[in-house]
Amino acid sequence: MKFVNYIETISGVDIYGLASLILFTSIFLIMLIWSIKADKKMIDEISRIPLN
Amino acid sequence: MQVEKFEYDNKTVKWFAFAVVFWGVIGMLAGLWAAICLYYPAMNLGIPATTFGRMRPVHTNAVIFAFVGNGIFMGVYYSLQRLCKTRMFNDTLSKLHFWGWQAIILAGALTLWMGKTSGKEYAELEWPLDIAIAVVWIIFGINLFGTILKRREKHIYVAIWFYIATWVTVAMLHIVNSIELPVTLWKSYSWYAGVQDALVQWWYGHNAVAFFLTTPYLGLMYYFLPKAANRPIYSYRLSIIHFWALIFIYIWAGPHHLLYTALPDWAQSLGVVFSVMLIAPSWGGMLNGLFTLRGAWDKVREEPVLKFLVVAITCYGMATFEGPMLSLKNVNAISHFTDWTIAHVHIGALGWNGFLTFGVLYWLIPRMWNTPLYSKKLAGTHFWIGTLGIVLYAVPLYWAGFTQSMMWKSFTEEGQLKFQFLETVTHIIPMYVTRSIGGGLYIIGVFIMAYNLRKTIAKGSFVANEPAEAAPLPETSTTHGRQYWHRWIERRPMQMLVFSLIAVAIGGLIELIPTFLVKSNIPTISSVKPYTPLELHGRDIYVREGCYLCHSQMVRPFRDEVARYGEYSKAGEFVYDHPFQWGSKRTGPDLARVGGKYPDSWHYNHLLDPSSMSPGSIMPSYGWLFDHEIDTVHTYKMIKAMQTLGVPYPDGYAQQANKDLLTQEQSIKAGLKLEKIGTGQNKEIIALIAYLQRLGKDIKNNK
Repeated sequence: MKFVNYIETISGVDIYGLASLILFTSIFLIMLIWSIKADKKMIDEISRIPLN
Repeated sequence: MQVEKFEYDNKTVKWFAFAVVFWGVIGMLAGLWAAICLYYPAMNLGIPATTFGRMRPVHTNAVIFAFVGNGIFMGVYYSLQRLCKTRMFNDTLSKLHFWGWQAIILAGALTLWMGKTSGKEYAELEWPLDIAIAVVWIIFGINLFGTILKRREKHIYVAIWFYIATWVTVAMLHIVNSIELPVTLWKSYSWYAGVQDALVQWWYGHNAVAFFLTTPYLGLMYYFLPKAANRPIYSYRLSIIHFWALIFIYIWAGPHHLLYTALPDWAQSLGVVFSVMLIAPSWGGMLNGLFTLRGAWDKVREEPVLKFLVVAITCYGMATFEGPMLSLKNVNAISHFTDWTIAHVHIGALGWNGFLTFGVLYWLIPRMWNTPLYSKKLAGTHFWIGTLGIVLYAVPLYWAGFTQSMMWKSFTEEGQLKFQFLETVTHIIPMYVTRSIGGGLYIIGVFIMAYNLRKTIAKGSFVANEPAEAAPLPETSTTHGRQYWHRWIERRPMQMLVFSLIAVAIGGLIELIPTFLVKSNIPTISSVKPYTPLELHGRDIYVREGCYLCHSQMVRPFRDEVARYGEYSKAGEFVYDHPFQWGSKRTGPDLARVGGKYPDSWHYNHLLDPSSMSPGSIMPSYGWLFDHEIDTVHTYKMIKAMQTLGVPYPDGYAQQANKDLLTQEQSIKAGLKLEKIGTGQNKEIIALIAYLQRLGKDIKNNK
């Protein structure tokens, strides 16, 4: 028997996949927006830390 | 503002650097040894410690945990102090970390040579060492976070994020995968069985590549590349995106190691999707590294450090492009179980990890000894020999993998398999020879480096404590533009730790929870019964000798595999396998259904001298199995342990197990005697034959 039959017997199993995907996507999007919008001066300052 | 004076600890960095070179040489020589065994079986020397099945785990563990492991610590201890503008948190912890790690490596190599193994790839070390690893890892963690907490630099540079993610994830992977039940001091059984064990193992195996071989080295790249090129990283924004995308996606990709196996479809598909997505952050990181050198390629021509870093980053790009390709089911159908995988991982190991380590060593040693490198020319020679070594190593193996797979899958017009398994092996032996030449060249390069560094050290004077000064962290910080929550995390490393743990744990849990939640997840097959006590002893020998390193026990649902090996493997067949023994490489044929295929006498003669039964075989002979005896004193404990793990032996069976063992042994011996083969009492060979003859039989009997 295909494995999916067993997965379906877990009540509310969809929530695992759904929750994780939403969480993953949202955190990634927040990070993306932050890194694009972040202040240029600060970014420059941080990127120079290894050289100081 | 008052500037504080302090000193960087170079001594710990120095010790780790020496350990990198020392263990690198040992680990690579073990690899070369194992590579030669494959076309020159006499190299196995006929003694247990030097056979392929034991040399191979010594090689993999040594290069991963000793060579790269010490490389991580060398780079982290150097860069972390400078990025945080403070000395390491505690010198005693640094010392404990260094010596603890070296003791584990030494004990690990010795026990692996002695055949003490848990039988799970890249996690072979037995339970006392697993505990020791956890303890030393925690010491490293305290030192790492202690240093971050007392830093004088308000921002946490991206390299440190990679270090934090590494620490958190490796701790989690190591603990989850190492849950095992000790039977004796140096023997344990995996807590998980069959499919679950495979899932956990490859979740670990894949993420060990991700979080031991990749993320810490990306941290090193983000520190040492700007240092060596004397310019900031091309895009710091990209490095942040690289970090978050990578740690999130990586943790999901593990099941791509188990495509077409008895692993559930949904888990396989999840693994494929996330593996393909991995290309994006990986290539983002690679381009970020290479673009850093835009307009400075003239420097690359002259500076050996940059040469090594450029090739390392390029190999990272190649390996991370190839990885997702290999995880596509149709490509994996061809590549899996062949040398293609070995070629792939060595692009990563020799190119990415090896060359990055060499680049960092060439950069660090002159600075810590306050003198220029002894010879740039020799470093250049090392670079070219090493590069040639990588090419000569990888290309023949890609060829071998592809050729062999095609041969496995060839049918004659009449619908018969075109090639015997052994024919496909002897065909690729020239490629094995070339591969070992490539590996040999690479090691010669390492010796050239060791000489060059030795000479550099001889003319310099070591700066054990490097003076530095920096202003302390102000109570209130100035802000640039608007504040975002990210800054909040960035200023709080402990919270950062918790966030990264949550991030990686989610991926892991989603993958694992459904498998554990319901017992019926693994379809049970009523005819599948627990191993008999003698078979259990045989299985321990199978694990001890590392048979799984050359023989899979997993028939995939392909026409050629079913024709060659029999009925494809079902998840329910492995429910009593602690640990699972599916293997990942077929240097020899699959053994999932070998039971009953040959008479006992065939196995007896074959294990004594493989080429007597299969002329041209490259399998080593296992002469000692005919002298050594199984320890029947342990039978009781073994059965008890299996019962604890849920294997349904009847109550009180442990007491009478040895009686059954003896009966089964007598029957095998009687059979052998008919063929004029006499054996002594309790010989290991009988137990191993019993185990081999059992494999796959449960389902065969059912038909």
